[in-house]
Amino acid sequence: MTVSNHHWRKARNVFMQAFTFVCAILVILPLLLVFFYLLKQGAGSVNWAFFTELPKPVGEVGGGMANAILGTFILISLASCLGVPVGVLGGVFLSEYSHRRLNWWIRFTADIINGVPSITWGMVVYALIVLPMKGFSVLAGGVVLGLIMIPLIMRTTEEVLQLVPNGYREAALALGIAQWRVIVQIVLRTALKGIVTGVMLALARVAGETAPLLFTAFGNAYWTHRLTEPIAALPLQIFNYAISPYDDWHRQAWAGALVLILLISGINICVRTLTRDRFSKRA
Amino acid sequence: MTALIQPMPNATVETKPDPAPVAAVTVRGLSIFFGNHAVLKNVTIDIGARAVTAIIGPSGCGKSTFLRSINRMHELNPDARMEGEIRLFGDDIYSRDVEPVVVRRRVGMVFQKSNPFPTMSIAENVTVGLRLNGERNKKTLAARTEESLRMAALWDEVKDRLHAPAISLSGGQQQRLCIARALAVQPEVLLMDEPASALDPLATQKIEDLIIELKKDYTIVIVTHNMQQAARSSDFTAFFYLGELVEFGPTTRIFTNPAQKRTEDYVTGRFG
Repeated sequence: MTVSNHHWRKARNVFMQAFTFVCAILVILPLLLVFFYLLKQGAGSVNWAFFTELPKPVGEVGGGMANAILGTFILISLASCLGVPVGVLGGVFLSEYSHRRLNWWIRFTADIINGVPSITWGMVVYALIVLPMKGFSVLAGGVVLGLIMIPLIMRTTEEVLQLVPNGYREAALALGIAQWRVIVQIVLRTALKGIVTGVMLALARVAGETAPLLFTAFGNAYWTHRLTEPIAALPLQIFNYAISPYDDWHRQAWAGALVLILLISGINICVRTLTRDRFSKRA
Repeated sequence: MTALIQPMPNATVETKPDPAPVAAVTVRGLSIFFGNHAVLKNVTIDIGARAVTAIIGPSGCGKSTFLRSINRMHELNPDARMEGEIRLFGDDIYSRDVEPVVVRRRVGMVFQKSNPFPTMSIAENVTVGLRLNGERNKKTLAARTEESLRMAALWDEVKDRLHAPAISLSGGQQQRLCIARALAVQPEVLLMDEPASALDPLATQKIEDLIIELKKDYTIVIVTHNMQQAARSSDFTAFFYLGELVEFGPTTRIFTNPAQKRTEDYVTGRFG
């Protein structure tokens, strides 16, 4: 091996390292751009009234999106009630119980469903819930978002459960522990962080969904008191305000987008803190 | 007890080994198939109580499958099928009304790769088998933690940090923790699948000392690739080759005066 050869290899190594670093920066750059642009455009309109007041009628300046903020909370809570248990348990079935042919079909279906545009889901739920119940409702909005969450959570749950080394399952089964307890106490506990990440990604995805809500939750300028009434949601409100001709509404739309991003980040941080395992700092 | 370690005459498969005086596990005509592939062929063997039985043989000879059939762990493979009979102190463990879970509470297992649960502390790892089977009494759990860790010769090293994460232990300590975890549910038989093959010589020696200590109370079956380990720590040795039990007898005889040519070739290192 010659000395010059060695130098050339070193140079290539430095170049490739720099290249991967630049690519990594390119990944986070759009996120930073979005965030700073939102801050610049929206921060000025985020004030106390924005969080506490209802939207003002057309032509009046001021008001807030209190109902839409609460509405988004309610909708994603409802959606999680449907999407998280069904998605996680479905993922457990795919990963922990072997039915080769059935599992293949479930996986295949879930992947196709993941690719279905969300507006299609809006129409389906419109036909199945809104029409029979004769009205747009909180319920329909929660169900449509929940349905979108299910295949997302199911596939990520399955994938992280597959990452749990088989040795843990065998060790637990060899202790004479029943399989369902092994799954709940050993496998799910070991994979908890990954499952939470999957749930958070799904949550972030549906929190920003607008199209399916147009057919289901519909939006509301006032507070919602019953599950059978239409409800406001941040993405709907942003959409309505953004396409309006009023400058004040445009400003509020920017503020709404900023609040939505902060809301998702906030939920993310809270849930991660609550589900952090005791030893993660050391590991 | 002394009768157990006396040489048994004619202890080859061809002439059927004489049953040891107290057999913990009696295996009759055991064959195991994965799909159409026969991994074990018509194995008959008596495993003596409160003794160490080593299973040796080249890779793929079926020794791990044999070990796993004693606590029905091989059934985790959905294609597995068995013929024959295995009795644990007289009880047919493959009887229709016996749940694998019950068998596994009586027959513990230690694996090649130490696998303490990463989400649990040292103490929680020891008591996990008891807790997940319904034991709640804190005093009982604490007492069993100490007892099991002492039996696994780990107590003195961890007694001041029982609540530290189990994965903070060294490799050898983790393996002894796994032994303590298996002992805590008070099994009758302890199966060990190459328990020291991933450990350094010092940690290996500790495990071997422990095995000899444990046979006072337990029946131990150990699969090993290490011929010296089998010679050092076992009372009986069974040599498996291509799914068949070639020869079974007292360890000293298997290693000094094997009846079968194939056994002699293997223990002298001519193949495998």
